[in-house]
Amino acid sequence: MTGEQTTNVTGDLATNQPEAPTRRERPVVSAASARKIGERDTMSLSDEVAKIQVNHLDLFYGADQALKDINLMIPEKRVTAFIGPSGCGKSTLLRCFNRMNDLVDICRIKGEIVMDGKNIYDRDVDVADLRRSVGMVFQKPNPFPKTIYENVAYGLRLQGVTSRRVLDEAVEKSLRAAALWDEVKDRLQDNAFGMSGGQQQRLVIARAIAIEPEVILLDEPASALDPISTLKIEELINELKQDYTIIIVTHNMQQAARVSDYTAFMYMGNLVEYGDTDSMFTNPKKKQTEDYITGRYG
Amino acid sequence: MGYTRQWFKSGTPWIWLNGGAVAFSMIMVAGLIGLIAVRGFGHFWPSDVALINLTNASGERSTLIGQLVRSQTVPAAVARDSGETVPDDIELVTRHLIKLGNRDQTGRDFAWYLELGMEPWQYPRDIMVVERREWGNFYGQPLALLREGTVVATPDAANFMTELQAAVTRSIELHEEIRRLERGAVGRINARLERLRLDGRRLELDEPPADVKAAELGRIAAARATLDDEYAVLRQELDVIYASTRRDTLQMRMADGNEVNISLAAIMRITEPNAMSVFGKSAQYVERLWEFLTDDPREANTEGGIFPAIFGTVTMVMVMSIIVTPFGILAAIYLREYAKQGTMTRIIRISVYNLAGVPSIVYGVFGLGFFVYYLGGSLDQLFYEAALPTPTFGTPGLFWASLTLALLTLPIVIVSTEEGLARIPSTIRQGSLALGATKSETLWKVVVPLATPAMMTGLILAIARAAGEVAPLMLVGVVKLAPALPIDATFPFLHLDRKIMHLGFHIYDVGFQSPNVEAARPLVYATALILVILIMVLNLAAISIRNHLRERYRSAGE
Ligand SMILES: Nc1ncnc2c1ncn2[C@@H]1O[C@H](COP(=O)(O)OP(=O)(O)OP(=O)(O)O)[C@@H](O)[C@H]1O
Ligand SMILES: [Mg+2]
Repeated sequence: MTGEQTTNVTGDLATNQPEAPTRRERPVVSAASARKIGERDTMSLSDEVAKIQVNHLDLFYGADQALKDINLMIPEKRVTAFIGPSGCGKSTLLRCFNRMNDLVDICRIKGEIVMDGKNIYDRDVDVADLRRSVGMVFQKPNPFPKTIYENVAYGLRLQGVTSRRVLDEAVEKSLRAAALWDEVKDRLQDNAFGMSGGQQQRLVIARAIAIEPEVILLDEPASALDPISTLKIEELINELKQDYTIIIVTHNMQQAARVSDYTAFMYMGNLVEYGDTDSMFTNPKKKQTEDYITGRYG
Repeated sequence: MGYTRQWFKSGTPWIWLNGGAVAFSMIMVAGLIGLIAVRGFGHFWPSDVALINLTNASGERSTLIGQLVRSQTVPAAVARDSGETVPDDIELVTRHLIKLGNRDQTGRDFAWYLELGMEPWQYPRDIMVVERREWGNFYGQPLALLREGTVVATPDAANFMTELQAAVTRSIELHEEIRRLERGAVGRINARLERLRLDGRRLELDEPPADVKAAELGRIAAARATLDDEYAVLRQELDVIYASTRRDTLQMRMADGNEVNISLAAIMRITEPNAMSVFGKSAQYVERLWEFLTDDPREANTEGGIFPAIFGTVTMVMVMSIIVTPFGILAAIYLREYAKQGTMTRIIRISVYNLAGVPSIVYGVFGLGFFVYYLGGSLDQLFYEAALPTPTFGTPGLFWASLTLALLTLPIVIVSTEEGLARIPSTIRQGSLALGATKSETLWKVVVPLATPAMMTGLILAIARAAGEVAPLMLVGVVKLAPALPIDATFPFLHLDRKIMHLGFHIYDVGFQSPNVEAARPLVYATALILVILIMVLNLAAISIRNHLRERYRSAGE
């Protein structure tokens, strides 16, 4: 994390309109959204340390453009939510951060994503290394066909950790962090498929944090879960933001409002509005955002 | 009208049709298994031996002793055509196929007799069935047990049976002793002599310096001399045992009144089925069945057991599995995971699928031409030059048979493995990649383990196909009578160059190449049933392994 590379960006950086995709000179701090520093009850992007900076990102699936000139800053150790109607490109953008889109043959990317001062799309970036520091949790829990223990230990074993003691400690720590330890501590050697959906989802979160990433990407992590499991996941996210930068995609407005510090609203491949969650939900600047949040479409 | 339409619309006819198809298939399968089971396994039951007095058309009386094989009722005309004399006023005649045994005395051991002119059958309790190692069964009534020419017991003596059985047991033990010596010690001496011969040959081929050669020749001669001495000692030992087996003789009277002396040296078992209880017969049945499964065949495969064929089949299938599994799985993984999907992979895939449809005899021809003559011939040139012109690998054998079958079943393994890999959900792969695993780490740690049930399915199908295959094997290594098993105690234990026996080919050989059709018939059914059971056992073993794996990876594929 290099200080010089950190850019302070405000919400109105994200205001490129679908109908006006031309790039403008962006002021470092915009007067409209400037807030007094030290005002902790309302949060502001301008006070944050940037973990990831997306610059002029275009993404194409074949001939279709799925992301159009995206510019935004992901603040460190905060929860950022992506919302927007289905097919608007939330998952696509999320997958850009750990380069999962590389797996799609027809996918092409322009622009840059700078994490800790380094463009992750540079040629010399080791994708496996990147993914070790940017963990991901998918919509549907996808544990491996192994024991609970081995699921959590998987990432560490990949890194060549063989010491039983180190693994034991890491597994316990991650399971505790994922609020799962008490439920599974007596059956670590059971197959992970024997767990409930909510437990599985927390298991894959534990699996992701076992390798101590810096960023965790969550793509609708609770959409397949019942309300109680959802609540647990949300509490977990709140805990995790002490140590991790978290980006979450969700369809659930309440969830976005509850868990996130900042919210980005996307529409048809454009980033329409981006700002702190409270102002976004109480006082959206864009008509489209307001319509979506109030359920008029989407 | 309206009702019929209603009925058709309700779908009921389809249910009946589908149900009918299932029932029909089940009946066919059950009927098949039932038929071969009854025909094959009835053979081992020690049925009663009948004594039949009959008067033929020209008024001659004769007596038969034998076991009923089967009876049939045929129009009189058919019987007349086959040379029987049947009075004109009779339209249907019943005839019986009797196993008479005594092949060495009368020349034929099965014959048809008309029921006409037969007196009621009798089952005297003293009729003995003597099972011999050569010439099949002997039926008759005992007269005396002789020891070195003098009578030691006659049937009216109370201890006759115990004396006789003791003598039989002794003779069998001596026989085992002989076999053990011949197989073991004599076999070892022969193997060492052969190695010395090869050393000598190699010496001639290599042309080493004269002094080395002389020293080597000296060593070989000395070794050969010691071996010859050892052999002489063994031979003497064997001669003594052989002489001792000829001690006892059983004097018997045949149905026609002739008396015959049977040396106990060649006897396997003596029974009196007519005097046996059902319980005794059952014990006997199990014993014979066990012999069938564990003994070597005798008398051109029409008697004895089928153990070498079972052993050969299993060994061949095992070796085949060991060859085909890694090849098929690696090929499938490459095709599905690494190769760039396109026209080329499509062509390869179509070729592989079509290979599965090539008639198996074509594989046999290929195996003989390429594996045996070309590869085997080259191997002999390179590594077994000293043994030439006797081929080692340049002749059909276990390895080539297994390799040919591996080629034959390769498409099956590839196709199921590919399908298994295709079914692994992409979310699991992504889960691994997202943790920083490389593609190959993901493949070997997550994807391949998940696909193992599918690989096992492929192997199961391959085993089922291979174990039942006969046609190609006749060309590449299966023989009607193999002198030795492919696995034994002499180095290198698994003899890939040996010829093997195989159940499928055994059925063909016994059924169609046997001089004694009637004796062979039940063996054909019994062998067929054993083959079916063997394939079922192999399959069940593989299926249980697969289910075990599935249980471990439960729900991942669904
Ligand atoms: N692998 C792909 N190949 C081609 N097009 C794709 C692919 N993945 C996504 N798309 C397209 O890109 C667009 C954005 O998809 P994306 O999955 O990012 O939407 P989303 O906002 O996550 O929607 P949802 O809320 O339904 O998950 C869609 O139009 C989709 O059809
Ligand atoms: Mg999505």
